[in-house]
Formats: sequence, C-alpha cells, structure tokens
Amino acid sequence: MSDKRCTDDEVVAELADGMTIGIGGWGSRRKPMSLVRAIARSSLRDLVVVSYGGPDVGLLCATGKVRRVVYAFCSLDSIPLEPHFRRARQRGAVETFELDEGMFLLGLQAAAWRVPFLPTRVGLGSDVLERQRDRLRTVRSPYDDGEELVAVPALELDVALVHLHRADAAGNGQYLNVDPYFDDLFCRAARRTFLSVERICATEDLAAQGPVQSLLVSRLWVDGVVEAPFGAHFTECVPDYPRDEAFQRAYADAARDDDAWAAWRARYLDCGGHDAYLAAVGLG
Amino acid sequence: MNRPGATPERPRPDAEPGPAAAPTRADHCVVALAECFRGDGEILANPIGALPMIAGRLARASFEPDLVMTDGEALLVAGPVPVGVEGAEKVVEAWNPYRTMFDVVWSGRRHVVMGASQLDPFGNHNFAFIGDWDRPRAQLLGFRGAPGNTINHPTTYWVPDHSPRVFVPRVDVVCGIGADRARALGAAGRFWHLRAVVTNLGVLDAAGPDGRLRLRAVHPGVTVEEVREATGFPLPVADDVTETRPPTADEQVLLARIDPGRLRDREVPGR
Repeated sequence: MSDKRCTDDEVVAELADGMTIGIGGWGSRRKPMSLVRAIARSSLRDLVVVSYGGPDVGLLCATGKVRRVVYAFCSLDSIPLEPHFRRARQRGAVETFELDEGMFLLGLQAAAWRVPFLPTRVGLGSDVLERQRDRLRTVRSPYDDGEELVAVPALELDVALVHLHRADAAGNGQYLNVDPYFDDLFCRAARRTFLSVERICATEDLAAQGPVQSLLVSRLWVDGVVEAPFGAHFTECVPDYPRDEAFQRAYADAARDDDAWAAWRARYLDCGGHDAYLAAVGLG
Repeated sequence: MNRPGATPERPRPDAEPGPAAAPTRADHCVVALAECFRGDGEILANPIGALPMIAGRLARASFEPDLVMTDGEALLVAGPVPVGVEGAEKVVEAWNPYRTMFDVVWSGRRHVVMGASQLDPFGNHNFAFIGDWDRPRAQLLGFRGAPGNTINHPTTYWVPDHSPRVFVPRVDVVCGIGADRARALGAAGRFWHLRAVVTNLGVLDAAGPDGRLRLRAVHPGVTVEEVREATGFPLPVADDVTETRPPTADEQVLLARIDPGRLRDREVPGR
C-alpha cells in the first residue's frame, strides 16, 4: 500500500485558482479546519466551495478566497448564523448556488455515481427551483406516471477535504462519533481527496478502535492523509474533543468590523501553520 | 368568541410551583403545538427549537405515545427526555444520522415544526434571507430543508413573535411552499400539508379561502382584533374561533419533567 502521508502545504500545492472544493463535516462539526486555514493563508482565489457550511465557509469568505458558495445552510450550531458568511453575503461579495439540504446530498451522490443528475420531488414549487432555472432543470418521468421532477445536477468536486478521527498511512479513514455526515460522499464525488485526521495509526489498529462500520472511507478514494491533532479545532470532534465554544464566540465576534477581523486574523491565521496555531490557541 | 376575564396574578418567583399555578402564555403555546401532533401515530415528530421540542415530547408522553423523536442529533430516543438538560439520560431506539433523515423525509413519515422569518397569506415560507438574492439585507438560514419538507410531509410553523414583520403580503423568497404553489403543482403537490401555524398569540390553519391562512384559535387573554392587527395582511377568521386549552393536571406534571428549567418561558415571556 502506498504511503500517502503529506502536509497541509503539500495539499494546498495541489489546489489551483477557480477549483471546486468540497469540504466535509457539518455546520461547526468535524471540519478540516487546519486545511481550511492553510487555504486561507495561501494565494488561492476564486474557489467554488461546496459545503454543509460552517466556519470553513466563513473563514474562506472572510479571507477573500471564494467566488461562489454551494450550500443549503451556513451555521456555527450554537451560533445559528455564520457571521463571516453573512457579512460576505450582505456585501454582495460572493455568489451562491442555493440548495435544499437533501438536494445537496443527491448532487454529491450523482457525482459519486458519475451520472449527470438524480431526480427528486424536492424543490418543486419553491424558489430554490423557480429562481435558479438557469442552474436547476426538471425532467419528466419516462414511465406511465409522467411526473415532472427536479433533476439535481451532479456536484462534481475537483477536490474534497475531510477531517476524520483516525486513518492509516494508506488513507483508510475512520470516524468515531455518532454521525458520518456526508464525508464518504464528498470523497466519492471528488476527483481527488485529502483527509486530515487526529491520528495516523497502523492499519491493523483500525478495526480494534471501533466497529467495522466506523471505517467510513477506503483508500480507494483517498490521495493524501495529513496527521493534524486538533485539526478540526474549534469545531467539535467528539469523542476526541468538544467544540471550543469560547473560541468560537471570539471568532464570531471578529466579524463585527474590519479592525476586529484584522486582529483575529493576525493572531490566529497569519501566525503560521497548524503548530503555530495550536500554540496561539494554547493547545500546542 | 368571548373575551376571557381577568387572569390571576403571576405567582412570585419564590412561590411554590404546583397544580394551582396559573398557566403562562408559553404553556398555552406548548399545548397548541403539542395538539398539532395529535393523530400522527408512528411517524417522526421533528419539532425544531426548544419550545416546539418541549411540545413534541409532551404530546408523546401524554396522548400520542407512538411518536418517534430524535435527541436533536443522530439518535432516536425513547421517553420524556428533558429538554435543555446537559447529559440527561437517554434510551436509544435507533440510529438516525443526517443522511437517514432524508430517507424519512422523502418517505413522508415525518411531521416537522420549523421556524419562519416570513409567511405570506398562503403560508409560503421564508427563512433564507431578507432582501435581494445577490446581496441580501439580512442573510438568514438559507433554504435548509424547507423545500423538501413541505413537498413531502406535514409541516407546522412556530412563530414566537407574531407581527407584521413575519406575516407579510409577499415573502422575499419562497423556501417552504404554501397552498397556492402546492395546488399549482397538481399531483406533484399531493403530499403537501400545512398543519398549522402556532404563534405567541394563537393558532392559524390553512382552511381559509383557497387555502389561505385563517385564524382558528387564540390563546387566553388575546383578542381576534389583536391577532389581525399583528398580521401584515387581511387575515380570514374561522366562524368558531376557539381558545387554546391550558395544560391538564397530568400534562403539568409531565411538563415539569420535560422542561424543568422552564425554557419555554424564556422563548415566550409573560402571561
């Protein structure tokens, strides 16, 4: 098995301006924040970000990396609205492709299965369809019912970034909390996938650390693995650690004006890579 | 309907709570929302937010015992799990990660209670953003699951601040679909069902002319005129507007277990 271990910077070097980047996790839960921060520090721009959105979307919007957000919501969970994303939207700084949460799932699944769309009733009658007819089309059932359905287009990703609890060096990834979210689908919908994990372990340890159902992602879908303890900070990564609510509040407060954001950015982003960040946060 | 008489004074904070304590406005809101689940049987009752969650748990613990409910995350849990109590013991019935929720939604075996930033006369719903699509005045939640919920299974809305800001002639963007849009879909809209809109003032249903929202009940101490004034469009009123019932003695006992911190009073203060 190939050794796919790599660094944040090596992952960023694989990305290019204008790419469509899918980010795993959900809201402020198990987000690959060390990779997101590495992108935020880079010179990348014009990214299309596809996410069940949380601070990943907010941070990339705040740092001017995003051209378009493909999303159904953008929340910090305990803070219902992601303030940096709100600020970008209210300034007209980012385009959006608005989706229902379930349409989003179908779009990823279509990309994973290499079909152009998947049909659903979801969206009919709603402005998610009516005001995005340029992006969302309908299809008529070829069977006797003849029903008109929404054809959710495949959300093809250039790259997926996902944070899991454990993986081996070959990229077999494991989650240890109660919800896989859509992380495996992100991997399958992407041409290339990079995992960050709390700890890289031996392959033979994986099945001992949790039920086999926790082995969510096979190396079939993985191109690189970064070991990043606290890599999801400040989002939650239970059972390894809960959300850092105090830090999240400080992050949210930094959206109040340009000065507050500049101060937060200098302290927690421009300080350097993941190790410097952990030191700044007090986890190093 | 008759205007209710004077209500008793609110007990002092140090007064002994008990069956004699007069029900608060929040208690009536909880009862009105719980009643929305009556007759649902074995479906996933999915009230979102603290007060609706309290209402759902109350419905299950009293008159609708087959309801299935989540812990707010990836598990389906049995029993009257208290709301807002960290580390409360829960009996797990099943695993229901986010992606499984869509299987439930699209099967129709669910009744959701969602919040609403705007509702129009037909019950078209918005909580995505206020203002323009490209540069909203206020970015809110996004479409979330509203399009898929409303076209697949029963929906109830919970509005803790009944006002002309919420009840508007025209929503800025339609997330969940209302009666006119569902009807225009023909057969494709056959699973649409707006059960009720419960507010801090009363209960609306979709039984007005052509499916318009209509005032069906007021909470004690609220007049029909007050509800009309707080609604930003002409509101049809049922011929037989009723008054929301208070919780029964049994329900009060259950509420003390389900909402020991009285979170409901924080969401809807006052009598």
